[in-house]
Amino acid sequence: MVSAVGVRGFGWRHAGRKAWAVRGVDLRIDRGERVLLLGPSGAGKSTLLAALAGLLPEDSGEQEGTVEIDGLDPRKARERVGVVFQDPETQLVMARAGDDVAFGLENRGVPAEEIWPRVDEALRRVGFPYGRDRPTAALSGGEQQRLALAGALALRPGLLLLDEPTANLDPAGATLVRRAVADALDADTTLILVEHRVAEALPLVDRVVVLEPGGGVRADGSPEAVFAAHGEALAAAGVWVPGHTVPPRHATAPPGEALLAADRLGLPPRLAPTDLQVRAGEALAVLGPNGAGKSTLALLLGGLLRPGIGAATATAALAGRDARTPPHRWRAPALARRIGSVFQDPEHQFVTGTVRDELALGPRRTGQDEAAVRATVDGLLDRLGLARLAGANPYTLSGGEARRLSVATALATAPRLIICDEPTFGQDRRTWRELVDLFAELRDAGHGVVTVTHDPDFVAALADRTVTLERA
Amino acid sequence: MINVEPVAVPGAPLARRNPVAKLAAALVFSFILIATLDPVAPAIAIAVELAVLPLFGVRYGVLARRAWPLLASAGGILVTLVLFAADRSGPVLVEAGPVLVTQGVLVTALGLVLRMLAVALPGIIVFATTDATDLADALIQNAKAPARFAIGALAAFRLVPLLEQEWRMISMARRARGVDAGRNPVARLRLFVSTAFALLVGAIRRGTRLAVAMDARGFDAGTPRTVARRQRFTAADGLLILGATALAGAALAVSVVLGTFRPLIG
Repeated sequence: MVSAVGVRGFGWRHAGRKAWAVRGVDLRIDRGERVLLLGPSGAGKSTLLAALAGLLPEDSGEQEGTVEIDGLDPRKARERVGVVFQDPETQLVMARAGDDVAFGLENRGVPAEEIWPRVDEALRRVGFPYGRDRPTAALSGGEQQRLALAGALALRPGLLLLDEPTANLDPAGATLVRRAVADALDADTTLILVEHRVAEALPLVDRVVVLEPGGGVRADGSPEAVFAAHGEALAAAGVWVPGHTVPPRHATAPPGEALLAADRLGLPPRLAPTDLQVRAGEALAVLGPNGAGKSTLALLLGGLLRPGIGAATATAALAGRDARTPPHRWRAPALARRIGSVFQDPEHQFVTGTVRDELALGPRRTGQDEAAVRATVDGLLDRLGLARLAGANPYTLSGGEARRLSVATALATAPRLIICDEPTFGQDRRTWRELVDLFAELRDAGHGVVTVTHDPDFVAALADRTVTLERA
Repeated sequence: MINVEPVAVPGAPLARRNPVAKLAAALVFSFILIATLDPVAPAIAIAVELAVLPLFGVRYGVLARRAWPLLASAGGILVTLVLFAADRSGPVLVEAGPVLVTQGVLVTALGLVLRMLAVALPGIIVFATTDATDLADALIQNAKAPARFAIGALAAFRLVPLLEQEWRMISMARRARGVDAGRNPVARLRLFVSTAFALLVGAIRRGTRLAVAMDARGFDAGTPRTVARRQRFTAADGLLILGATALAGAALAVSVVLGTFRPLIG
C-alpha cells in the first residue's frame, strides 16, 4: 500500500541540546510522489527523515507539531516505511546476502514459506549480481548498498526513505545504486531522498523540497521551478545545484623543488610498483578504480606504512639531514612537521576531547612553546571556520565540520607536504569549495599537495597534474 | 585477520549436527572431566577427542593452528609447575643443580595440563565446525534463547573482523599526528590504552548505527518473529549428546578401575 506523509509545524530538539535540529516544517507528500529533500548541512534533513522512519524515541528529545504517515504516528507505522542509510558497513546484519534480506521479513513475522521468494524478488529488483549465499563482507560498498536497498524493498514499504545512500561510494558504485533505485521503484512506493549531489539525483524525483537552516521550508516545487527561483541562493548555501560550476584554481606559477620521490614504491598485493614525484607548489591528484591501491599509496607516501618493495625518498628540501632515512622510519613528531596526512574517515584521527586540544596536539608534540601553540590554534580555528566549536567534542561535529577539523589538525604542524585521502567524500558544496580554496592557497604558498580522489570536479578545479593507478 | 570462520570440511557427519547439540555435547563432555584430578581420565579423553576429529571434518593441522595459544600456555604451565611447585614427593627423576624433578610433581603437573586440554578441546572443535548464523538460529529455535540476544550478538560478531583493520588505521592516524611512544615502556602503555579507547568509542558508535538500522527493519518490535532457516533437532543430535556423555563416563570409569581416580571434591 502506498503511503502519504503529513508534517505540520514539526520541530525536534535532541535531549541535552540547546538548538533545534529541525523546526517549523510544514509538508504534505501525496501517495506515489518522489521527493528530493535538500538543504545545507545542519538544516535537519536527517532528523526529519529519522522522525518519518519512527526512529526518534519519545524520550530522546522534545517534539513540536506532528508527523503522520497515513494519519498514524510514524512510531506506530514502522511497517509502512523502509529506510536505507549512508554507511554500508553498519546496516547489514547477517553474514550472507540472502539472510540479510530475510532478516526484516523474519522480524515482521512473514510466513516462512513466503520469505525466500520475496528475498529472491528483492535481490532481482536491485540487480544484485550474486546468489543468496554471497558473504556480505565480500561485497563492495555499492553492492552492499544495493543489498541494503533490497532489504528495505523486500518489506514492500509504502514509503521509502533514502538518507544519502551514495555519499560513501565511489562514482561507479553510486551509479549502480541510483540505477537500482530507478529500476526498483514502482507506483506503489512514495520516495523521499536526501542527496547532496542534485544533478545525479534529479532523474529519480519529480519534486524538490528545500529545508531552511534555522527552521521552515525555503522552497517546494518541481525541480525546474525551484532551481530557477532559488538556484543561486541554494548554491551559495552549499547545495549542489546543477549548472552552478566552481571556477577552477590551478597553479599560476610553475612547480618548485621536488619534495618526495616514489621509486617503484609498492606493497603487493595492495599496490603495484609505482613511480612518481611530488613537488612543492603543485597539486597532484592520484586517480584510479577501487582496488588499485590509492589509499595504500597515500599511506606509503605519508611515511605511515613500510613499503613492501621500492622506496619513498624525501629530498633535503623536505627533510634536511633526515632525507637519508625513509619517512616510515622517522619518529612521529619529525614526520608530522614534514608530512601531514588526512585520512578518509576523519574520526580515525581524533585523539582529544575538544576541537581546541585537537588542534594543539600536533604543535605540542613537535615541541612548540605554549604561546606559539595558542597562536597556531587560534589562526586555524579562524581560517577553517571552527572558532565557535572550539570547546566542542570532535566526535559531535557534522560531516563537514569533522572534515575541516581533520584537515586543520594536519596543517597545525605546518608540514611542507599535505597528503589527503578522499577529502571531498560526502561533503556539501560549501565545504567542498572551502577545501578547494584552502588546498589552492597552500599550494600557492609553496606546499606540495597530494590528493587521492574519485571526485572529477575536484580534480578539474584543483589538480595541476594527475597520476592514474591501474588495478594491482 | 581475526579468524572467526568455521574450518570444517563440508558434509562431515558430526559437523553437520545441530549446533545446539554440538554445544551441549561439548559442555557435558568437559563438565564430566572436571570431576577428576588424575592424568589418566583426561589423557583418555584427549585420545577420544582426537579420534573423533575426522568425523567433524577438521584436519589435525588445522586444529593445531586454531589451538596453538592453548598448546603454548599448556607447555608453559607444565614447565613452570615442574620446576617451581612446592610438592617434591616421590622418587627423584632428574637432579641437576637447583633443578629437582620428582615423580609426584610430574604427575600433578601433567594431570593439570591434560585436564586443561581435554576440557578446552571440545569447545574449540565445536566453534571450528559451526557457522555463527547456524548457531544463533539453533539457539533461538532449539534452545529457546531470546532472538534479541542471539541475533544481537550475531550482528555484533560480524563487526569483529573490522576491529583489527580499525586498530591499524587508528595507530597510523596517531603517528601522522606526531604521537608515538618510541622505546619508552610507560609511553607505550599509554598509547596502547588511548588507542584501545579510540577503538572502543568507534565500536560503540558503529554498534549504535547498526542498532538503528536493525530497528528500522523491525527488529525486536514486539511482532512474533518467523524463521527463514529452519534448524532441526533430530534423534541423531540426541545421540551425539548421549555419546559424549558415555565416552566421558567411560574415561572416568577406566581411571577408577586403574585406581588413579582423584575426585575434585572430597
